[in-house]
Amino acid sequence: MSWLTKTLSSSIGKKVLMSLTGLFLCTFLVVHLSGNLQLFYKDGGYAFNTYAVFMTSFPPIKVISYANYFFILFHAFWGLYLEYQNRKARSVRYAVVRNSSSWSSRNMAILGTVLLVYIVVHMGDFWYKYHNEPLPYVQYTSDVRTGQIVANEMPSTYTQDVKKVEISDLETGVHLVIVKDLYKEVARVFQNPLFVLIYIVGMFAVAFHLYHGFQSAFQTLGWNHPKYTPLVRGISTWIFAILIPIGFAAMPIFFYVKHLMGN
Amino acid sequence: MSEGNMNLTLKVWRQKNAKVNGSLETYQVNGISEDMSFLEMFDVLNERLVSEEKEPIAFDHDCREGICGACSMYINGRPHGPLEAVTTCQLHMRSFKDGDTIVVEPWRATAFPVVKDLVVDRAAFDRIIAAGGYVSVNTGNAQDGNAIPIPKEEADKAFAAAACIGCGACVAACKNASAMLFVSAKVSQLALLPQGQPEREERAIKMVAQMDAEGFGNCTNTGACAIECPKEISLENIARLNREYLGSSIASTVA
Ligand code: HEM
Ligand code: SF4
Ligand code: FES
Repeated sequence: MSWLTKTLSSSIGKKVLMSLTGLFLCTFLVVHLSGNLQLFYKDGGYAFNTYAVFMTSFPPIKVISYANYFFILFHAFWGLYLEYQNRKARSVRYAVVRNSSSWSSRNMAILGTVLLVYIVVHMGDFWYKYHNEPLPYVQYTSDVRTGQIVANEMPSTYTQDVKKVEISDLETGVHLVIVKDLYKEVARVFQNPLFVLIYIVGMFAVAFHLYHGFQSAFQTLGWNHPKYTPLVRGISTWIFAILIPIGFAAMPIFFYVKHLMGN
Repeated sequence: MSEGNMNLTLKVWRQKNAKVNGSLETYQVNGISEDMSFLEMFDVLNERLVSEEKEPIAFDHDCREGICGACSMYINGRPHGPLEAVTTCQLHMRSFKDGDTIVVEPWRATAFPVVKDLVVDRAAFDRIIAAGGYVSVNTGNAQDGNAIPIPKEEADKAFAAAACIGCGACVAACKNASAMLFVSAKVSQLALLPQGQPEREERAIKMVAQMDAEGFGNCTNTGACAIECPKEISLENIARLNREYLGSSIASTVA
């Protein structure tokens, strides 16, 4: 074994792989949330749908997204393998246990498994449909001078070979874009309260997983310092366990409420 | 001998040896004084068992003053019982109430097999120390105290790490039966001082390798170890061990 495989297969090395993949996924969550906040724009989905085209066609982003799929799978299975080893390290259980550690820290594998199921459902809802199903197209006409955007659904038989058709008429100042209408699909899925519930449960799992996970990753990498660790803990709690899950959960709730109010 | 007025129900793990299964046995102990230590209460019970010609309960103890690390009882779901920063031998019956039921189990870890009753084999810790937890230089005559300046903060941290008595409560408390707190204390006390420098890289690598070979679990930073440690060894030591190990692995010239 070379020094590298020896290091990475030690207990500390295995944890380093968990923490690096975990932190990568944390950055992904930040980017994913900022991008998806465009769902809240009142532009008939123009910003969100064109962003979806950009994210699925710009080569560097595509490379990162494949890395992301790989890291999710690696992190999940590596984490479950560590959990298996850790259970083996205590073959006889205690009759009475009074825990002094946080609930999150003791249930990372269960929270992670809920997350994995959630991620599969979520990818099936949107990623799979966007890539493999004939979603309807939408045409956005914007007036460059007034900035006004008008959305028109394309007939259901309409298809195009490229992801985005874009025409600008310099004389009239009209800008025309035709893209797949993922925004509408999002709005449609979240009319179903069952999906709203699944997404909220998923976000609880994110919250508790990262309440422990984000700050734990720093400890694993050896970063524990009286000046900075309180800050890392604060980010873990306030940003990753509260702000980000609420931001994501707001989306299904927003579309569900919008649907209840009749639009 | 017993002149107190506490009556307690004990549920104690009894197991003949490592090969057979054990179980919790219930004992009624009466007339316990609240000034007795937890181990003295066991002495009272054992004297009675002996006079009844029954097998006394085996448990580890030596100094009975909180410095040797021999005592090791998992009391009501916590290593060394309900108090923090206290070993079992320094725990007194005043921490319990008359009429209490107290469950006492041995440390549970695959790497610490039960020898008998509440006694577990902690030789795995000795083998980790033997793998690198020492300095192999002849120290010779005592040096002048100020010949090697050591910053106060470093000296304090080394001293705090050196307080570890190797009891294994960290392993017992950890849901993963991880020995990281113990190993981190032993690596830290030497990594922070000049005498530890020559073997610093090698030490971290070898001690971690031995820890893994003994079958302890992987640390998931739950922090239970530091809360239950009778010597209040801090989690900062585990972060230092991670730095020592990773830094040494990367910097070491052994391919
Ligand atoms: C968005 C998805 C996810 C993110 C952002 C994430 C993030 C993290 C982070 C930062 C850690 C801490 C690493 C450390 O302590 O060094 C962690 C630990 C862990 N994750 Fe995840 N995770 C995600 C999904 C999953 C999934 C799907 C699973 C399993 C099915 C999983 C299982 C685990 C386990 C078992 C641990 C504890 C491992 C340990 O501390 O050794 N995670 N995660
Ligand atoms: S670190 Fe604390 S709990 Fe672990 S062996 Fe040392 S003294 Fe005991
Ligand atoms: S008997 Fe020595 S520490 Fe308890």
